[in-house]
Parts: sequence; structure tokens; C-alpha cells
Amino acid sequence: MIIAMVVIAFGAYYYTTSATPTSNTTTSEANNQVITLNGAGATFPFPLISKMSSEYNTANPTIQINYQSIGSGGGIRQFTVKTVDFAASDAPLTDQQYANVTGTAPLHIPFTIGGVVPTYNLPNIASGVKFTGPTLAGIFLGKITKWNDPQLTAINPGIALPDKDIIVVHRSDGSGTTYVWTNYLSDVSPEWKANVGKSTSVNWPVGLGGKGNEGVAGVVTQNPYALGYNEFAYATINNISFGAVQNAAGNFVTPSLDSFSAAVQAASTTLPKGDANWSSVSIIDSLSGNTNAKDVYPITSFSYLLIYKELNVLPGMDLARAKAVVNFLWWAVHTGQNYASPLAYVPLSASVVALDEATIRSITFNGQTVYQG
Amino acid sequence: MKPTKGSLKTRLTADTIFKIFTAVVASSILLILGAMVFELYNQSKLSIDVFGLPFLWGTVWDPAISQVFGALPLIYGTIVTSLLALLFGVPLSLGTAIVLSELSPQRLRAPISFIVELLAAIPSVIFGLWAIFTLAPFLRDNIYPILQAGLGFLPIFQGSIYGLGVLTGGVILAIMIIPTVSAVSRDVLAAVPDSQREAALALGATKWETTMTVMSYGRSGIIGSIILGLGRAVGETMAITMVIGNRFDIFTSLFEPGYTMAAIIANEFTEATTDLYLSAIIEVGLILFVVAMAINVLARLIVWRSLRMVRGAVLE
Repeated sequence: MIIAMVVIAFGAYYYTTSATPTSNTTTSEANNQVITLNGAGATFPFPLISKMSSEYNTANPTIQINYQSIGSGGGIRQFTVKTVDFAASDAPLTDQQYANVTGTAPLHIPFTIGGVVPTYNLPNIASGVKFTGPTLAGIFLGKITKWNDPQLTAINPGIALPDKDIIVVHRSDGSGTTYVWTNYLSDVSPEWKANVGKSTSVNWPVGLGGKGNEGVAGVVTQNPYALGYNEFAYATINNISFGAVQNAAGNFVTPSLDSFSAAVQAASTTLPKGDANWSSVSIIDSLSGNTNAKDVYPITSFSYLLIYKELNVLPGMDLARAKAVVNFLWWAVHTGQNYASPLAYVPLSASVVALDEATIRSITFNGQTVYQG
Repeated sequence: MKPTKGSLKTRLTADTIFKIFTAVVASSILLILGAMVFELYNQSKLSIDVFGLPFLWGTVWDPAISQVFGALPLIYGTIVTSLLALLFGVPLSLGTAIVLSELSPQRLRAPISFIVELLAAIPSVIFGLWAIFTLAPFLRDNIYPILQAGLGFLPIFQGSIYGLGVLTGGVILAIMIIPTVSAVSRDVLAAVPDSQREAALALGATKWETTMTVMSYGRSGIIGSIILGLGRAVGETMAITMVIGNRFDIFTSLFEPGYTMAAIIANEFTEATTDLYLSAIIEVGLILFVVAMAINVLARLIVWRSLRMVRGAVLE
């Protein structure tokens, strides 16, 4: 009896929700059914996507966004087998993954930016430690083992670095953060590129593995003389010391939302079209991708939304649904950007938004352009 | 008993339906198990085809460049941490079981076993967090330096001390297997007929000698409980992932970081982007499944045999 009442109550609730008139929405749909869009992928942008979803749902009660933060790898797999409307990934599709898509093209829509920072635990040195790309690569290769190594003391005049072993800490779980970090190390060190490479998880030469941002942060804060790497937002919120890194122009830049924005500004002129192969795109400022912009923090990356250019390849797709997805994407790269800064994500620059606009306009359903506006 | 309603015929039909229903339910468990094994094999087929048997003794795990995978450091790490868990956990568990079944006053037994079994209800991730923030720093600052000072001539106690590592992993697993081992061995000891205790006491045995008699009577059941604990240690994922250090390497010092099969699955499954990589991780899962299954079957057989022996003895 109780069960029956609960069922009825839920039914009534569902009915009222789904019957909410759409007159208060700007993009009024022909029908008033609730459309649930499914997405899956990276964990790094999850807080932002989650915030965007709830805000979008408040503005457009007939659209719900269901995003599963199962990791970029899982997201790309679900995208490939076409079980989600969109995916999110911290790394662009690889050449192989890009080539695997047949019948249409996968689109890359950069929608936020993250920075990765070297975090450390040096008793009595709360801030101000500087690193260069080659010293970071040396430390993570196990070549530089002491804090007072000449290569570190030379770039840190005035800081009494201790004669202690560096405890290297890395992520043990596959993650976009690791992709950004190893992408940077590959860029600045030929030896790293040849022996370790860039990926969401790699064969680490040295170090302790911590699970998740909290695992790395836990090991770093618990172990004096430890050096690890974390998402900027995570390090800031948890008050972990992080260092400045030398950029291609030769300046030591302290990570901040401004220095990440500068990186995007500097790199945005070289971005490919949305439907091109993005596998080699990187906004990392390094020796090889010399941007010569003096305020750029070098270790940054886009987080991408992935969607098919022709939406009829997805089973169960219809025009209303296609419109819902595309309107959400449009909103995410415009109004949605307002929610980035409060959560310590970097909003897109105007040039990237313009690129995303062109990409979103190119999305079709049965050959017809979906976005009307 | 109240007389049942309905004709004999309808009642028999109901019986048949009930019978079919239970048969379906019971066999579905077997089907699920079979489907899991099949699916694990099926999904790891790519890796099995590429690497073959040498996967078991390969020592490289490189998802980034060469896409070569081998599982030896994982198997080794799993075995070492599980044995450490038994080394520390079994004496504590058996001590607890003996107290509960032989020594403690009757009214204390329920509260003590309740507290011990409460350990089993603590989520693994809580154990892991506690280990990162409390246990590992404590061991690093207070216990490991003493161990190294005293026994540092042994290779297993040499090298840098981080706090996180194989030994800490063993300690946390030991704590986690205590409820399993102590509860099962307590039941085994409780099943030993009182005639054994009475006989020993009648012969003038001390409390210690009586307890030993009881233990030796329940020997195989106790071994079974230890193997069940081993099964738990082998499959434990979250806590060990958080404390073992996750280094893919064949370690010699117990202070060094290591890796286990369960930990690498937990760590890398979500971001495994290529087919071969994913397949290799699933093959690790298959190996883990086979090992855990073998351990459990062995334990069940031993416990079952021992309980039957004990009950048989009562009837004789």
C-alpha cells in the first residue's frame, strides 16, 4: 500500500515536472517533454559541468543534463560506441581514436582551461621556490635527487634549499592532470619524451603514487621534502605550497588564473578547426612551442567537450534532442563561462569562443544545420 | 498449524511454481559467475593473444610509449602484502578468538565480538584515509626508524622511509582481515565439543594446555579461517591503493612502495584509452579473479571438512 502511494506520488511529481510549460524559456521547444542529455568523461571539469548543468536546468526546465564523471578514457570509449550525446576529455582524441570515427567527424570544443602546478613541502619555505622545465624533468626522471642540487640552487638564489632527498609524488590513477604534466615534461625534455612519454598514466621512473588529487596532496603534505603536481584549483583551495615555473620567454611565472588566460591568448591563434584532428594541439608554452609571451604560465591545458558533427549517427537522436544538445553547448561557451572563475577554472578567451561558435554552427542533423541563432 | 486453504491440486501447483522459482534464483548465481568469467576472458583476449603466458612474468607496464604490459610486480606485490597481513593479523585474530571462546567471562563475549566485527563494517576508504593521515606518519616517525636501527642489516629493512609503502600496506590489510579470521575461528573453536575440554581438564591440563587441545582439534577450521582472511587481503582494493605507494617495481625493502593487482585496476581502468591497455588491465582482473576464487574454494573446503569432522565426533 505504502509502495503504491510512493509510486503514485512520484508519478504525479514526474507528470507536473514534465508538464511544466516552456513559455518561460528563451528557446521554446515545440513539445514540452523533458529531454535528458547524457554526457560522460573527465573528472577534472566535473564541478564546472555540474554547476553548468544545474544552472542550465534552472533556466531551461525541460532540459536535464546527466553527466557521469568516469574519467576521460571511459568518456571517450562511451563516445566511440555512441552511448552518450557528448563526452568530456582533458586530452584531445589521439590519431588512432580520431581515425576510428567513421561516417562523420568528431568535434573538439574547448570549454575551459586548467593549469597544473608543482606542489611541494619544504619546512620553513612556504612559497617562492622556482623550477624550470629541465629541472622538473630531471627530478621526475630521478636524475636530480637532492633539493640542494646545483641546478635548483642556481635558479633559487636567496632560498636555502636543504640537503635532503626529494620525495617525488605522482598520480597513480590515470588522469588528465597526468596527461598535462607529462605532456609538458615531454615538451621540455627529449629524454622524457623518448623513455616515458605523455599519457594519462605512464611508466614512472621514480616516485610514490597517490590516488587522485587528494592522494598526491596527502602524500605531499604528510612528507617533508616531497614534490608532486596538482590541479591549480585543488592546490589553492587546500593551501598547498606551489612553485613558479619558467616559461619559454625566460620568466618565472607564478600560477594564477591570469597567467593561464595569457597562455590561452598566446596559443589561440594556432588552433585548428573544430572538426580537424586535434591530437597534437597543446597550449603548453615550452621550448619547442615557443610563444614568447612573457606572462604565460607554461603548464596549462584545455578541457574539451566532444560531439559528433552529424548527430544522426547517434541512436535515438531526433531533431528536438539535437537542438537541445547544441543549445546547451552554445550556452556553455557563452553564459556558462560566468561560472568558471568562482570555481577556479579559467574562462575562455574571445578568440576561442569565436572558434567554438563556428564549430557549434557546423553541427548538423540529417544534413541540416541545427543551431538557429 | 492452521489448516491450509485451497484444494490439494492448487497447493501442489503452488509448490511446483515455488520449486521452479527457487531453482531459477539459485542457478542465476551460477550463471552470473559463469558470465563474469567468460566476459573477463573475452575482454582480456586481446592482451592474452598479444602477450601470451609471458604476461605473468613481464616486468614492464608502459601505457604511454611501447604499449607493453606484464603483471609480475603486481602479482609479487599482492602476494607480499597479503602474507604480511597474515603475519600480523593472524596472531591477533586467533588471540581474539581464543579469548572469546575459551577465556573471557560469558557476559563479555557479546560486546567484544561486536566490537571486533564492527571493524568489518568500516568502509575500506575510511581505513585508507586513516592510514594516510594517521597510521603512515606514526609508523614512519616512531616504528620504522627503530626497525631500521635494529634490523637494518636485513635488505628488507633498508632504504628511505616514506611512511607509505609495502609494510604499511601489510599493516592496514592485517587490521582489515581481523574480523574475518577471528569470527570464523571463534565459530570453529565454539564448535569443538566440550568433551574435549572436559577430558583435558580431567587429565590435569592447565588452561594453556586445554586451549592447545581445543586448537589442535579445530586445526583445519582455523587454517580455513586464515585462508578466508588471505582471500580478503588479496582482493582488498581501496585502502591498499591509498597506502602502498603504487610503484610498478619488484621491491626488496618493505619500506619501498609497491603495487597490487587490485590497486592497478582501481587506478588505471577509468583512463585506459587504448584497446590493448584496457585488455591488459582486464587480464590482471582475470588473474585476480582466478586467485581469489581458488583461495576461497580451498578455504571453504577446509572449513566445511573440519566442521563436519567436529560434528561427526559429537555423534560418535
